[in-house]
Amino acid sequence: MTSANPLPILKSSHLLGIEGLSPEEVTALLDLADTYVDQSQAADKKTALLKGRTLINLFFEASTRTQSSFELAGKRLGADVMNMAVKNSSVAKGETLIDTASTLNAMRPDILVVRHENAGAAELLSRKLSCSVINAGDGAHEHPTQALLDALTIRRRLGGFENRIVAICGDIFHSRVARSNLRLLAMMGARVRLVAPRPLLPADADRFGVEVCTDMKTGLKDADIVMMLRLQLERMGGAFIPSSREYFRFYGLDREKLAYAKPGALVMHPGPMNRGVEISSDIADDVEVSLISEQVEMGVAARMAVLDALSRSIARKSDSRGHA
Amino acid sequence: MSRRIAFKNVRLIDPASGLDVKGGLLVENGRIADIGPRLFNDAEPNDPEVIDARGLVLAPGLVDACVHTGEPGAEHRETLASASEAAAAGGVTTIAVMPSTNPVIDEPSLVDFLLRRAAATAKVRVAPVAALTKGLAGETMTEIGLLREAGAVAFYDCERTVANARVLRRAMSYAATFDALVMAHAEEPELTAGTAATESEFSTRLGLPAAPAIAEAMIVARDIALVELTGARYHFAQISTRAALALIVAAKARGVRVTCGVAAHHLALNELDVGAYYTFRKVKPPLRSETDRAAMADGVARGDIDIIVSSHEPQGADTKRQPFAVAAAGTVGLETLLPIALSLHHNGADLMTVLKAVTATPARLLGLAGGTLAKGAPADLVLFDADEPFVVEADKLHSRARNTAFDGRRLQGRARMTFVGGECVFKRG
Repeated sequence: MTSANPLPILKSSHLLGIEGLSPEEVTALLDLADTYVDQSQAADKKTALLKGRTLINLFFEASTRTQSSFELAGKRLGADVMNMAVKNSSVAKGETLIDTASTLNAMRPDILVVRHENAGAAELLSRKLSCSVINAGDGAHEHPTQALLDALTIRRRLGGFENRIVAICGDIFHSRVARSNLRLLAMMGARVRLVAPRPLLPADADRFGVEVCTDMKTGLKDADIVMMLRLQLERMGGAFIPSSREYFRFYGLDREKLAYAKPGALVMHPGPMNRGVEISSDIADDVEVSLISEQVEMGVAARMAVLDALSRSIARKSDSRGHA
Repeated sequence: MSRRIAFKNVRLIDPASGLDVKGGLLVENGRIADIGPRLFNDAEPNDPEVIDARGLVLAPGLVDACVHTGEPGAEHRETLASASEAAAAGGVTTIAVMPSTNPVIDEPSLVDFLLRRAAATAKVRVAPVAALTKGLAGETMTEIGLLREAGAVAFYDCERTVANARVLRRAMSYAATFDALVMAHAEEPELTAGTAATESEFSTRLGLPAAPAIAEAMIVARDIALVELTGARYHFAQISTRAALALIVAAKARGVRVTCGVAAHHLALNELDVGAYYTFRKVKPPLRSETDRAAMADGVARGDIDIIVSSHEPQGADTKRQPFAVAAAGTVGLETLLPIALSLHHNGADLMTVLKAVTATPARLLGLAGGTLAKGAPADLVLFDADEPFVVEADKLHSRARNTAFDGRRLQGRARMTFVGGECVFKRG
């Protein structure tokens, strides 16, 4: 219940990226998420924290896990959740993003979760809408809730981030997941390595306080966590790499390459996976090393924490509005 | 008992170390076991095979970084075996073979095929160069990592300049991941399409379709910018103009990792040598002005041009006996590479510098073990008299194709004996 006026967690009333969050905010979000892991594992998973609030999922790009994860997170907190099917909407008829936003705004949602193929789309909506906006992925820019769920998964397994080595491997160029993750993990004190063939490394990647490697052997050395990224073949206008078979030979995670990492290293993947391209089935399905299912579970808890935190900001906003 | 060969009374020239001294050299088990000025001084080597060279030069066998054969696909022009005969006769012990065959060498299995064929049929070492883009089409990069594992030493689309800068940028960036050598041909594709000569008063007199010489420097400038962006190891396979060389010299001075080669015919011939539409002197890039030719010779002498290649390109009567504009380009060159390189020396260039450009430097660029007289190196050797005069006779060439641009030319200095891995693969006379 919001009437208890819990402590605020986020300074902003939006979550547009990891950029702009402080380590304290991240820690508070992860602490809160821990409590929602417990709630999600209980028989009765539902509370009334967001009762009466409206959450709209606006996904301009196809998504299975992120959209359903937000839907479940909202429902478990008691919110009314609506999924906008963009394919059948006026967007498909040529409406601009801003017009879509004004239309939605008129329906008075409290939280809008948006995914868009263009970087900056969530930022643009946050300036035009009066509700909270959560970026569920904008182009190759950010995907903050993925980074939070990955951090939650890592913290629960390793206890913390200080001096842990996380190797983020593969298609970093096209990856918003990598960009959010490297920001968060570097901010929390982890040693982050980006491992990719040069065409898949974004320009000046070394300016982000991370190490950059172009081969798996040096990149995975002593790594605690090996985070594989999906090769985004659908975004590659013009080939960045010659073939999937060559990619797997040099950058696909198999037993041989995993052996370069620290013994007992754990493997993550944001999904969906291309088996036999960036990861062998052998490893993806090995419950001893693969955290892939755990990441999905943590995703719901992390998003419940984000919804909770933002609802506190909304509460403050309406409070101040009341006093004006 | 291992096979031993002792060379005595030779002038040892090792461009890799700068050694130039009279002395001896001992070969054992196919490798150079010992070398030095006093070797065999005190005692006659009591080896089964002693070669008393009476002052001839003993140098590392030549490494020719640009050789076209017809295998696979045009074996009637040249096979690996026939090209290797020509190489051995020219003192060339390693040939880097070009991927513009039929099929194009753009698959790891084809590199494997070439190496197996070479092992079975060729007298000299064969280093396959693979295509940079599939089918040499300039669209999709090849599997540079897998091709390297199969044995490809460099990546090159042969006489086709990659027109699309985005494709080239990605391929260079990807190649840089493996520190693979990318080779390039520099002719602006649109400016040079359908042309057969360098634009000049001479091409106007002959009425030939011609392209301006700057078509080369334009691409060199573009590619240098991409090298600076991507960090690729980049080699212009055969430059031919002063303007292109100036850009490369300036880039090297800035620390950019570019190197360049020149074809022997661009050192020895100029556009006027086309004479009365002499198609055996149609080459690609075309013969240039005398100013450009002289700049190339000067570039080698100064060490600004890193290597000299034969750009050996076998053609037949079917492709050469045509009107100049439609005749195929290319000249055979394996047997004239050494004499033409030596002609620079006879014109005043330092012998060490000239030999380095056909031995140590190409070996280093291609990542090969040869090109040196260092102890332990493979005994790939050429014994030659740098001054021996002779006349090039097309009929007496060892290659299957005889389309030499140098028929009847008087040259000085050629191989007497050639050794690959300690085995004599050629002996003149």
